[in-house]
Amino acid sequence: MSAALETHRLCKSFGALTVADDIDFRLQTGARHALIGPNGAGKTTFVNMLMGALAPSSGRIALGGEDITAVGQAARVKRGLGRTFQINALFRRLSVLDNVALGVAERRGVARRMLRAASAHGEVRDESMELLATLGLAEDANQRILDLPYGKQRLVEIAIALGLNPRVLLLDEPAAGVPSVESHRILQVLDNLPGHIAILIIEHDMDLVFRFAQRITVLVQGEVLVEGPPEEIARDRRVHQVYLGEQRHV
Amino acid sequence: MRHEGGYSADARVRWPEFLPWIVALAGLFLLPEYLSLGARILVYILYALSLDLIVGYAGIITLGHSAYFGVGAYAAGILAAKAGITDPLAQLAAAGAAGALLGIGTGAIILRTRALTLLMLTLAITSVCLEIANKATDLTGGADGLSGVVVAPVLGLFRFDIFGETAYLYCLVILLVGWWLVRKMIYSPFGASLTGVRENSLRMHAIGAPVYWRLVLVYTCSAAIAGVAGGLITQTNQFVGLNVLSFESAGELLVMLILGGVGRIYGAFVGPVVYLIAQDLFAKQFPEYWGFGIGVMLVLVVMFARGGILGILDALLARLRRKS
Repeated sequence: MSAALETHRLCKSFGALTVADDIDFRLQTGARHALIGPNGAGKTTFVNMLMGALAPSSGRIALGGEDITAVGQAARVKRGLGRTFQINALFRRLSVLDNVALGVAERRGVARRMLRAASAHGEVRDESMELLATLGLAEDANQRILDLPYGKQRLVEIAIALGLNPRVLLLDEPAAGVPSVESHRILQVLDNLPGHIAILIIEHDMDLVFRFAQRITVLVQGEVLVEGPPEEIARDRRVHQVYLGEQRHV
Repeated sequence: MRHEGGYSADARVRWPEFLPWIVALAGLFLLPEYLSLGARILVYILYALSLDLIVGYAGIITLGHSAYFGVGAYAAGILAAKAGITDPLAQLAAAGAAGALLGIGTGAIILRTRALTLLMLTLAITSVCLEIANKATDLTGGADGLSGVVVAPVLGLFRFDIFGETAYLYCLVILLVGWWLVRKMIYSPFGASLTGVRENSLRMHAIGAPVYWRLVLVYTCSAAIAGVAGGLITQTNQFVGLNVLSFESAGELLVMLILGGVGRIYGAFVGPVVYLIAQDLFAKQFPEYWGFGIGVMLVLVVMFARGGILGILDALLARLRRKS
């Protein structure tokens, strides 16, 4: 199977501190892949480099076989890379609909238009509403993010990313801070994401990781410790030592 | 009362939005002796509107907007006094173009920075422009100012009269055009994306928005409008002084906008009206202490009404709605 996203010897250092060390990583087309590791392992740094928010010190990133290492963040998004944030990065004073519509409008090339009212762009509104409906957020479309429960805010994060129609979606701890009663809703949403989107999920909730991922990469101190299917990772002694303790997830 | 664009916003003009225009037209008939003050207020409204576009909607902090106002003022003045081009609309076009050129040139540099650095750079631009105008005496008249500004009748029909009637109506029409453009922009997808940048630029980057270029574009548009406002002040005064480029002018404008309410379109209308009328009244009643009166007014607004005068009105209306 071809790689949707690939890195080759990706490194990032801040002075003497190396946070990503020669990371070779391959995300297959349509894959459900998890990136796990203890706090400070460099997971979010890795995602930031993939997105172009952070320039790598060395190494190469390829999206669908095309080298995008020197490509800016906006252009990467246009080429099909989307992300969510570990800590909500929403437009807090705007409505749920506007949060999603801003992304949809960017993708459709509408966002730079100046003379026609935004509300007159029915195609952006309709697509955004459709997306919200699939995530069960249609009733909240006119609510401001500030007035929305946290669990739903996490879903809006995903909705914004989906509005970009990505080929590769990077989900940075989508269930972070969500009470367990609501996290099942997020898992349900993740399970129903279109199969053609390759998904890389960073998550600390091991139940979610082992239920969702077909493949897991374990990152420790900026290096790939091990990579494999969930059952292999669950049996790996090194993983138990550095991350899982004595939990078993087979 | 708050005007914010977006895909769920109703962009239609609502009835309260006709009020400023009705008041302005009423002023023409009811207060004919104050038309020159009225024209100055209209110019400052346009100027404040240009500032609201970047401060209120795009979240760009600046203390140097007078650079664009001043460059526009000098462009119109030099064209009239030195190049012999007396057509008012040509002068205004030159003023707008000069503002836009300076806006794109400086915006492309300073908008790569943020917060305090950005604030300092905007101040530096104003200082540099002021010094250039001060030294280039052949063109600008330096500290003595630029006189001999000739403005031909508008469209070859309406001569600028000593009562200020033509100037007032002319400024009103230009303000109407400026308001229409700014309003269109705010309610457009471009305006919505500016709100997005103001609210969360990190997320705007992540949805693929070219944030930097959007900011440069809005900054240029704002500078062009400020340039036109500068051109208007030259035409109404038929003189350009160095004060158009001063830091005080930029600061004063920001005070007007805060007074009226930032990010509301009509805060740019209310602020200059209240500020300039108060300044006029205070200057007549207490010539030595007029600044004190303005200062007290600003402190009260900043302490008790963060949304400015329109913010107070909003709060009152909300309270009335809750009661009824």
